[in-house]
Amino acid sequence: MGMGRTPPVGLMRITCTVNGKQVSADDVWAGESLLYVLRERLGLFGSKNACEQGECGSCSVYLDGKLVCACLVLGGQAEGREIVTVEGIGSDGALHAVQEAFVEAGAVQCGFCTPGLIVAAHDLLNRIPEPSTVQIREALAGNICRCTGYAKIIDAVHLAARGLAQSR
Amino acid sequence: MKPKLPPAALMSGRVGEPVRRPDAALKTRGDFPYSSDLQVDGMLWGATVRSPHPYARIVSIDSTEARSMPGVRAVLTHDDVPGKKVYGLEIPDQPVLAIDVVRYWGEAVALVAADHPEQARRAAHAVRLEYEVLAPLTNPELALTENAPRLHPDGNITRAIKIRRGDQNARADVVVTGEYEVGMQDQAPLGPESGLAIPDGAGGVDLYIATQWLHIDRDQLAGVLGLPHEAVRLTMAGIGGAFGAREDLSMQAHACMLALRTGRPVKMSYSRAESFVGHVHRHPARMRYEHGATRDGKLVYVKARILLDGGAYASSSTAVISNACCFAVGPYECPNAIIDGWVVYTNNPPCGAMRGFGSVQNCYAHEAQMDKLAAALGMDPVELRIHNAMKTGSTLVTGQAVDGPVPVAELLSRIKVMPMPTAVSGDHLDLTQMPGGVSNTTHGEGVRRGVGYAVGFKNVGYSEGFNDYSTARVKLAVADGRPRVEVHTAGAEVGQGLVMVQAQIASTVLGVHDVVVLGADTQVGSSGSSSASRQTYITGGAVKAASEAVRDRVFALAESELSGLGRGGSGESDGWRLESDAIVSADGGVVITLATLLGEEVIEETREYRPRRTSRLDGETGQANAHMQFAFAAHRAVVDVDVELGLVKVVELATAQDVGKAINPQAVEGQLEGGAAQGLGLAVMEEIQVKDGVIRNPSFTDYLLPTTLDMPQLRMDVLELGDPNSPFGLKGVGEPPAISSGPAIVAAIRTATGREIKRVPVRPHDLTL
Amino acid sequence: MEFLQPTTWTEALEMKAAHPEALPIAGGTDVMVEINFDRQRPAAVIDLTKVAELEEWGTENGMLRVGAGVTYSRIIEELGGRLPGLAMASRTVGSPQIRNRGTVGGNLGSASPAGDAHPPLLSSGALVELASASGSRRVPVREFFVGPKRNAMRNDELIAAFLVEPTRGPEQFSKVGTRNAMVIAVCSFAIALDVERKRVGTGIGSAGPTPLAAIDAEEFMAGVLDESGLWERPADVDPNAVARFGELVAAAARPIDDVRGTAAYRRHALAVLARRTFTWAWDERRRSA
Repeated sequence: MGMGRTPPVGLMRITCTVNGKQVSADDVWAGESLLYVLRERLGLFGSKNACEQGECGSCSVYLDGKLVCACLVLGGQAEGREIVTVEGIGSDGALHAVQEAFVEAGAVQCGFCTPGLIVAAHDLLNRIPEPSTVQIREALAGNICRCTGYAKIIDAVHLAARGLAQSR
Repeated sequence: MKPKLPPAALMSGRVGEPVRRPDAALKTRGDFPYSSDLQVDGMLWGATVRSPHPYARIVSIDSTEARSMPGVRAVLTHDDVPGKKVYGLEIPDQPVLAIDVVRYWGEAVALVAADHPEQARRAAHAVRLEYEVLAPLTNPELALTENAPRLHPDGNITRAIKIRRGDQNARADVVVTGEYEVGMQDQAPLGPESGLAIPDGAGGVDLYIATQWLHIDRDQLAGVLGLPHEAVRLTMAGIGGAFGAREDLSMQAHACMLALRTGRPVKMSYSRAESFVGHVHRHPARMRYEHGATRDGKLVYVKARILLDGGAYASSSTAVISNACCFAVGPYECPNAIIDGWVVYTNNPPCGAMRGFGSVQNCYAHEAQMDKLAAALGMDPVELRIHNAMKTGSTLVTGQAVDGPVPVAELLSRIKVMPMPTAVSGDHLDLTQMPGGVSNTTHGEGVRRGVGYAVGFKNVGYSEGFNDYSTARVKLAVADGRPRVEVHTAGAEVGQGLVMVQAQIASTVLGVHDVVVLGADTQVGSSGSSSASRQTYITGGAVKAASEAVRDRVFALAESELSGLGRGGSGESDGWRLESDAIVSADGGVVITLATLLGEEVIEETREYRPRRTSRLDGETGQANAHMQFAFAAHRAVVDVDVELGLVKVVELATAQDVGKAINPQAVEGQLEGGAAQGLGLAVMEEIQVKDGVIRNPSFTDYLLPTTLDMPQLRMDVLELGDPNSPFGLKGVGEPPAISSGPAIVAAIRTATGREIKRVPVRPHDLTL
Repeated sequence: MEFLQPTTWTEALEMKAAHPEALPIAGGTDVMVEINFDRQRPAAVIDLTKVAELEEWGTENGMLRVGAGVTYSRIIEELGGRLPGLAMASRTVGSPQIRNRGTVGGNLGSASPAGDAHPPLLSSGALVELASASGSRRVPVREFFVGPKRNAMRNDELIAAFLVEPTRGPEQFSKVGTRNAMVIAVCSFAIALDVERKRVGTGIGSAGPTPLAAIDAEEFMAGVLDESGLWERPADVDPNAVARFGELVAAAARPIDDVRGTAAYRRHALAVLARRTFTWAWDERRRSA
């Protein structure tokens, strides 16, 4: 990615681990966010660019195991870090229980918020395996959805929690 | 060269089943390509130079420095527009790039294409613009006056509507008046405006774009680019919501111009801040109402004056003001009416389509008036509404008699008797349940509960004589030994689920399990816009018609094949139907499987579907059969208000809506829930704040959207009463949820606070000072 | 734009000395918005997230010394018991994603009047530790904010830590926003009762050019509690005194009308917040006594 482009001055190389693989991006302009690097340089478009100011959660990723907004991480800050994006949540082409639950519950409409919600819900269920509705609402308050009114998203998280409990 | 696009969707499921989205799994994996994800090798990035003034004359544009900057491949101004220099959905009044004058803050003035987006941004900053700043006209009331500066050659009134019904001098026992104001709401689709234009090397261009109506974009682009229609091909890219924000052109013409000039693919993708000036918004409204009623609570007359601020350019303003006036009274019988409406040009941000389209603004007014009237009469507000509710055969203030089910009274009765949420218990403090939420503003102090009701309605489909239609191509063939239906339309899937509806309808008519819905593009006829709650009706109708044509050919083929084999049989006399991939006779026996019948045969039919014709409002009286279908919904809101701080927690919403026939019940629920959330947003938090023509909050930090802690549970009662005129009896579903939800919340806030509340969104200081 | 990435505190200070124009970035929750929205193009940024020292906290002469890089999530989890007011404020910061990344050091560096950490730091009399290659100094947080988004830092300095005594009595924080989560303060208020020293601490956010302390209100209420011997024998406080406390807090604010609210509303709301938070804090004092 990024071939054939002549980026502006102050360029650097970033090496980090993304979804378990060590990757590098070259010619990165210092002002590029991790979100931009993931999308435009590493071809991982799953993290979405809805607000680019940390207000919508559409670019939620794990950075060293912590849920963060990739738009608020400067590309260079990812150097040497471990990142898991929505593309790394499922395995071997199979959906994770959280992803399955979103499909099943009808929690996806336009879906632009979905990748961020998948990562945020995944993080919630790691921390609290059987959250109450109130806990779900507080945990997902940083993920804006404009289509669904959230009802089916909350259903999906409950559904995923039940699915994960059964598989344990 | 083609970017990655959403794949064609293979589905199965019949009308009435909760068929899952075929793209949902991809979306949960992050593999669904949206328009902002588009890319091809060698692509350039476009950026837009925008006006920092709401109204100014452009004295000079100097792009010398910008052109010489690293990575910059083109800088364009209005001089470079190859064809028509103005465009517009209804009135071609908006320059592709500003010519001599800018009329709103953020208007596009020049374009840059560069190798890297940061180079494009830097070059955009380096385009030197000299302006002579003019005093902006920002007050719509002033725009109506004679001596206001004329922003467009024909004056500032984009459209005036006059509706006169019944006795103009009617008098009533009880009269209530009120003035109401609605702020400017943003559609705020999460996907930013984005697209990729690829020149074809022969003077034409392919545009990959997330839009609501491919063909109207194509028609406008062909004009702007000075190209024949066939040289401008549009393909739908993955879309991150729409809600009206993608009816007008945003970056479409700009990306195409840059691509044609540079000979390179050009991508443009707006930031959130740019998105706020890159699309139109919901019209702010100022409304003055007078309701007269008899002592026993029958409406005698309604007088209304509605003023919409259309901003700098017309967009769809002329249709929005028509709706605002046609439905000004709400879904009530009213024998006498005087409705005057205007939409005017100002130097505020341009306004146009948003979910609810003119019926949202007036619903705040007519429902507040009904509550006032109930109070004046000492009646229960729901009883008063039921007492005046429209029914089948009732006449609108425009003189149109409404046929089909008109369940206004029933919807109200149903929400009235739904169970109430329990009050917050005092012994366990849960901040998330409190007004103010986790910000810890109250532990119960000052909290009062209120309940409010509202009902609303609007037209489905385009009105006033618009030549509305949709086109569908349906193909039946055998693939891998099984019959497969392929549906191709240009209908824009915007998240609402049109893709499932098309498959379900084709599958139901043709009795075939496997249905593939191809991506939308301009290689098939127009489907019209994914607007006005019309696609399930009209594109659904087109898919049904094309599928039926395919079915007729299947039967004809079977008749001839069977008679060739010496076996008799006919579709008509033997009661054939298509079921489980076969022709089945009336007794349930398989006549022949489709796989056997078809062999190598491909049956393809294309049909256009047109709903009932409508006509334009009379200029003097506003009388006409202007609309083809009406959709109704009612809402109840329960809110807790901290009356000392003016903070609101919507505890619960309840709704009843007649959807005619739920083609996909899960998708229907999603529309009811999502629409109610947008209604909640306008009622209590969402407003583009404009001061002296400048947007003060173009970001999601200060333009607040409801979160999981703001939008409560929605109780739903979905009625399927069946419209005799529409395919499968369905009604448009998408908009009614966004109409009466907000007014119900405001009514509940009034009950909780005892305050009049004349303006939405309701702000804390409106409730406390 | 140049990207500087020190891995030790000493290196960070040397880099800042060599590049005084460099904009420090930690969690990025403010700086990245500026960059993404093309509002700022600093000549250089200095990333502090690889400096391990900044992520440490410990005690020092009875004070907690909390590294500037400790996130809001960690303050809630690790310091919630010792810094309850700051933890309450931290819970209102943005979303889980923001709290996992944002730091009190960053809040202090941005010095926004709306910074959620500021009122509790003011109410508990925190110190800000600033360091440069030539040494370090500790500035009382009440002297740290000098103007709108301006603080007392020299351009060769970085924020090392803040120091604050562990809670010495009930603390509360309350913030008005027009949404029930993830909202920037229209106004906010923090209160800390120092039972041992018989002092009342306050902090006001988003209602003036800087975060403010309501000093008259503090002295008034401390006096009321003192005169009636209520510190020793907690009982009901005269509602008129509580109301007066609210008025004095409102009077200390210097709000303006802006996109988030009006000046008049901010004053009104601050009086309400001050009354309520005092009442909650005092109820806690009574329960624990």
